[in-house]
Amino acid sequence: MRFVLRRAGFFVLTLWACVTLNFLLPRLMPGNPAIALMAKFHGRLNPAALKAIEIAFGVNTNENLAAQYVSYLHDLVTGNLGTSLTFFPTPVSVVIRGAILYTLGLVGVTTILAFIIGTLIGVAGAWRRGGWLDSILPPVFVITSAIPYFWVGMLLILVFGVKLNWFPYDFAYDPSLSPSLTLPFIGNVIVHSILPAIAILITSIGGWILTMRNTMITTLAEDYVKMARAKGLSSRRIMFDYAARNAILPNLSGFAMSVGFIVSGAVLVEYVFNYNGLGYLLVQALNAEDYPLMQALFLLITVAVLIAILLADIVTAILDPRTRSAR
Amino acid sequence: MAILTGAAIGEPAPGITQQGGQPQAGQALGRIWRAIRSNKKAFAGAILLAIFTLLAIFPWAIARDNPQAEIYGRSLGPSAAHWFGTTYYGQDLFAQAVWGTRETLIIAVVSGALSTFLSVIMGLAAGYLGGLWDAVLNFITDVLLVIPTFPLLIIIVAYLPGIGVPGLITVLVITGYSYGARQLRAQTLSIRGRDYLEAARVRGERSIYVILVEIIPSMTSLIVATFLGTAVYNVLAAAGLQFLGLGNPDSVSWGTMLYWAQNNEALQTDQYLWAIIPGALIGLLGAAFALINYAFDEISNPALARVSLTRTRQLNPVLRRLSANRAN
Repeated sequence: MRFVLRRAGFFVLTLWACVTLNFLLPRLMPGNPAIALMAKFHGRLNPAALKAIEIAFGVNTNENLAAQYVSYLHDLVTGNLGTSLTFFPTPVSVVIRGAILYTLGLVGVTTILAFIIGTLIGVAGAWRRGGWLDSILPPVFVITSAIPYFWVGMLLILVFGVKLNWFPYDFAYDPSLSPSLTLPFIGNVIVHSILPAIAILITSIGGWILTMRNTMITTLAEDYVKMARAKGLSSRRIMFDYAARNAILPNLSGFAMSVGFIVSGAVLVEYVFNYNGLGYLLVQALNAEDYPLMQALFLLITVAVLIAILLADIVTAILDPRTRSAR
Repeated sequence: MAILTGAAIGEPAPGITQQGGQPQAGQALGRIWRAIRSNKKAFAGAILLAIFTLLAIFPWAIARDNPQAEIYGRSLGPSAAHWFGTTYYGQDLFAQAVWGTRETLIIAVVSGALSTFLSVIMGLAAGYLGGLWDAVLNFITDVLLVIPTFPLLIIIVAYLPGIGVPGLITVLVITGYSYGARQLRAQTLSIRGRDYLEAARVRGERSIYVILVEIIPSMTSLIVATFLGTAVYNVLAAAGLQFLGLGNPDSVSWGTMLYWAQNNEALQTDQYLWAIIPGALIGLLGAAFALINYAFDEISNPALARVSLTRTRQLNPVLRRLSANRAN
């Protein structure tokens, strides 16, 4: 219980630090970006919207920093994230709601797949130490971990999109369809997500494989595994019920954490494929200098990651009592 | 990704724990070089890095064309005159690839070094001084560790339009030091009670002396591993930012090459090399750093060279760091 409280305390403090960072960043930067922004939008936005930007970025206000900070916090708590400039007058929260499902779908499913496939390959690699699987994996991982995510996406577009024309590589669905919960539309979304999913899989699976393999090898050397062998249990039983079951802890806590990173997703992969999820939205906001949208996205991503880390710590502590006293 | 949790990240990779004694810094560097020479993978990485370094220092010796000059035919294919062809703007791609090495390598090495420096200060101070110092420094590091780095980078750089390489490096250092600091702190905590440190304290040495002369030399390999890991990570992060057109899109680097290739739909318009070459070079540079690190498993723990069972326990620390940070 003390452990949970300590982690929760860290969570709250970090959250506060991130929110404050988000508040201070535009105010600390040389030449408040909002002033340039307001000049740009002057005459195109109604006075209410300009007023909203002023409040959000602290321009032209007579309030001191502390008062601004209080009203900023108040807005956040009441869920008022401001108004998007790109999609004016849609509130930021609505814009985000439109994109979040696509990211959750693409990166979420891919993360689960990478976790399952990677863990299984890791188990197999550790079981047959020195076998072909075990000897090709580490060098392959050196290479895949050093290449940029988005570049893998670009190569996939080139080969399977442009050259072979097997899969679509633009947008999350066919623009001629309108989003609905019908089978043809869902099928269309799935087809569109194949290439970006493969790009993420290729570059993220190695971590799961190697972590699982390494922990599994240590576990296989434990006495209780020898005991199991001595009892004459089947290989399958030893492999999964004795070794893998204990070796999966690091991967499992890693998984809980990467669930948080799903939201931050693969920003650049989404960008390369024009896949209209949160990452793509972030880049769009960036290019359009849509600071309210950008800030809200950053906050959302941070909160998601924080919650996931908190959960990961708690899950690890429940599954493995040894970590409870660790700092 | 499995390594980021509060509890798990505390332990440095077993392979890079220090070796107990208190070697001098000069000796340590000599040993690093010997270790690189005697390890095939590490030696291959060192050669690769040496080639990139030569390209970065003497690009004019290899590529005579001005990488920026828009003077050739547009979108030419590879030929004897233009080995990699030309861009849509009529620039020579080979020249761009060669000249682009400089900025990319500078970002990698300088930001890696500064980041490591910050990691050492924050990690060692927190670990050795303990108490309130530890609480404050460690909190700052922890917060920076959990904030998703790439979105944070995007946000910061977005507020600084047109920042050059120094600005980019500064931002990378601030956002990227935390992982190394965390490991160095854990390592410091684990050796804090050693007798030779007690002895120094009893002699009445000041903390700064103990840290500089007693602790740092014993952590050389972990510090080098931190440097290598951060360098690879920063190459990837900087390339990602430049790919989005952040920083200065008119500079010559592999990341900006990718930006212009993407902007001109190089893949869809038969100008593959424009997009393929810079990405492959980034991968090669990253691999060079990761390979060099293989030498450090063995210097820090000679037993690894023989006992294959324990050897497999380690994951190359550079790769650990990358797999913990693949959120971009």
